Amino acid sequence: MSAREDILGRIRAALQDSPEVPEIPREYRAESGMDQDALVHLLVDRLVDYKAQVSVVDAAGVPARVAELLAEARSFVVPAGLDAGWLAGLDGGPGAGRLRPDSAAAPLSVAELDSTDAVVTGSAVAVAETGTIILDGSPNQGRRAITLVPDHHICVVQVADIAGILPEALRRIDGTRPLTMISGPSATSDIELERVEGVHGPRRLDVIIAR
Amino acid sequence: MSTFLGMPALPVYGTGNLHAAESFPKAAHRELGNAQLRANLGHATHTIRDKRLQVVSELPDWEQLRDAGSAIKESVMARLPELLEQFEANFTARGGVIHWARDADEANQVVAGLIRDTGETEVVKVKSMATQEIGLNEYLEEQGIAAYETDLAELIVQLDHDKPSHILVPAIHKNRSQVRDIFLREMEGVDPELTDEPARLAAAARAHLRRKFLTAKVAVSGANFALADSGTLAVVESEGNGRMCLTLPETLITVMGVEKLLPTWQDLEVFMQLLPRSSTGERMNPYTSLWTGVTEGDGPRNVHLVLLDNGRSAALADEMGRSALHCIRCSACMNVCPVYERTGGHAYGSTYPGPIGAILSPLMTGIQAEENSSLPYASSLCGACYDACPVKINIPDILVHLRSVDVDSKRGTKKIPTQMDVGMKAASWALSSGKRLGLLEKGLPLGRLAAGPDKKITKLPGIAAGWTQSRDIPAPPAQSFRDWWAKEKDGRK
Ligand code: SF4
Repeated sequence: MSAREDILGRIRAALQDSPEVPEIPREYRAESGMDQDALVHLLVDRLVDYKAQVSVVDAAGVPARVAELLAEARSFVVPAGLDAGWLAGLDGGPGAGRLRPDSAAAPLSVAELDSTDAVVTGSAVAVAETGTIILDGSPNQGRRAITLVPDHHICVVQVADIAGILPEALRRIDGTRPLTMISGPSATSDIELERVEGVHGPRRLDVIIAR
Repeated sequence: MSTFLGMPALPVYGTGNLHAAESFPKAAHRELGNAQLRANLGHATHTIRDKRLQVVSELPDWEQLRDAGSAIKESVMARLPELLEQFEANFTARGGVIHWARDADEANQVVAGLIRDTGETEVVKVKSMATQEIGLNEYLEEQGIAAYETDLAELIVQLDHDKPSHILVPAIHKNRSQVRDIFLREMEGVDPELTDEPARLAAAARAHLRRKFLTAKVAVSGANFALADSGTLAVVESEGNGRMCLTLPETLITVMGVEKLLPTWQDLEVFMQLLPRSSTGERMNPYTSLWTGVTEGDGPRNVHLVLLDNGRSAALADEMGRSALHCIRCSACMNVCPVYERTGGHAYGSTYPGPIGAILSPLMTGIQAEENSSLPYASSLCGACYDACPVKINIPDILVHLRSVDVDSKRGTKKIPTQMDVGMKAASWALSSGKRLGLLEKGLPLGRLAAGPDKKITKLPGIAAGWTQSRDIPAPPAQSFRDWWAKEKDGRK
């Protein structure tokens, strides 16, 4: 007998008492009912608590803020589908020689990513209550590797994409996409439970909330 | 779905790192002598406990989430064959490959075979209880394959040739200066000036593992959840080592117990609220990765999942104990357990320590397994674990149930009355009459002779030795309560 049949057989035998399948009580919150200001306020509070840097700007202010954050970067990667307008604030046009585009069709190698200082992406959904940003691999977020290997992640969150609580956020997501949920920069608490930001993932997370 | 037609199979128990090498009382005795361990543990468990209480109290619907979590898991157990088949179909349809493993040995062989097929002799590993349970690293080493743990705590434990002592923070028993000493001793090319600052130590680990991450062709992981209706796997972590392993290599091999399924994508909203708050006391862990089979152009091209039984079906067969399989490995129960806090995780022997380990290990190995039969007694039954458990596993009830299974399994196997039987007979003789008890109590002052000048009895004979093995008892009073009362009463008259 194959291991599969064997194991399924054992499990069926274990369930010979035919245990009841209970109704799932879903009385927990499904909606937060927060208005936009409250959402932004809470998300900022939670992100800052995780040691992410946050700025809230008008949509028109995004390019200036991106340029400011990239001032020190010798090179940065952007997914092919990123809103080109967000890079308009960089001296001498988009990137001025520092920009490295990445896509599934033309991916940068891991070594190239490792020698890149920063990455700029959009985001799919954010969860205000937990300070979580969800990336779903859409063209403005790109492959998972690009938000992982460079040390500085600059992430733009549109106000319309902020959900109050997790159930609201997950409802907006297609679960079969390659998903990454980010809450603050990489961190560890493994040594005497003292939180240290930045181990293997990006050590700096800058979130730009665009109104 | 086919129904089960054959003879009811006997439970088939698990193998691997589920058995203690020695009984709990013996191991606990040794660990209790380690004051450093106790201090580190006490500090750590109290810190997490406080953080957890704070973030849990933030959620107005915590109890409703627990109710939902508990019911979802109960329905998973009731529908397990059907959900496994559904998951398999969905995961496979998207390019993933499923393997089944009856026990630790078979799982190890499958993983080693998959690695061998890639031609690689090195793999990077995400911390996982399942691979710990089957002893994968040791097996791979025998096969000439080096497995590098990439979680900071697992790395510390691996470098020190030690064993994890906690399921969430495996190196919880070591403090910063011990970690620095391990790094200086075992890490190649580490800065000799390394201080014991946690940030410096984390940076040393980053530098140590960076090259491995960027060049590894094969990774091995566990999984926290598997969603049946979409065929999705989820890994919850903090450091980014998980993301590194799950996305950069060409081949990803995941080992997961069959009980980790959740029926629907919607159920994730319950567990992603319960797990981070219960385990690290955070509103959300820094990183969670979800993948469904293979995604063109993003992440590994070969994605495997090994579904592991290894005694889970045996645990499932125990109607009373099966809810132990609801466990999401958050570790909240061990952080509140007064016994765990003093003995640490090593005393439990098995990969699963603390209150959940005390029920899960004997359920998976069978209570007849000699050394694990003492585990259900490693508890004061105070109930703190039940209160803390996000999926409401009634650990104390299962402990009591397993104690009775243990007693039953031993009944009839021993012809000669044990000391316990003799003791109990004597007690029932003494306690059945006030006169007899009074007579016995006259012997109390004798106990004072047994105690030394420090008024402590450190060794009792026979079966009672178990009690004094890891604690002292105060010497009995000079007179019994009855005697004292009799005199007091007379004096008052
Ligand atoms: S038994 Fe409950 S509290 Fe203990 S680790 Fe499992 S889920 Fe957490």
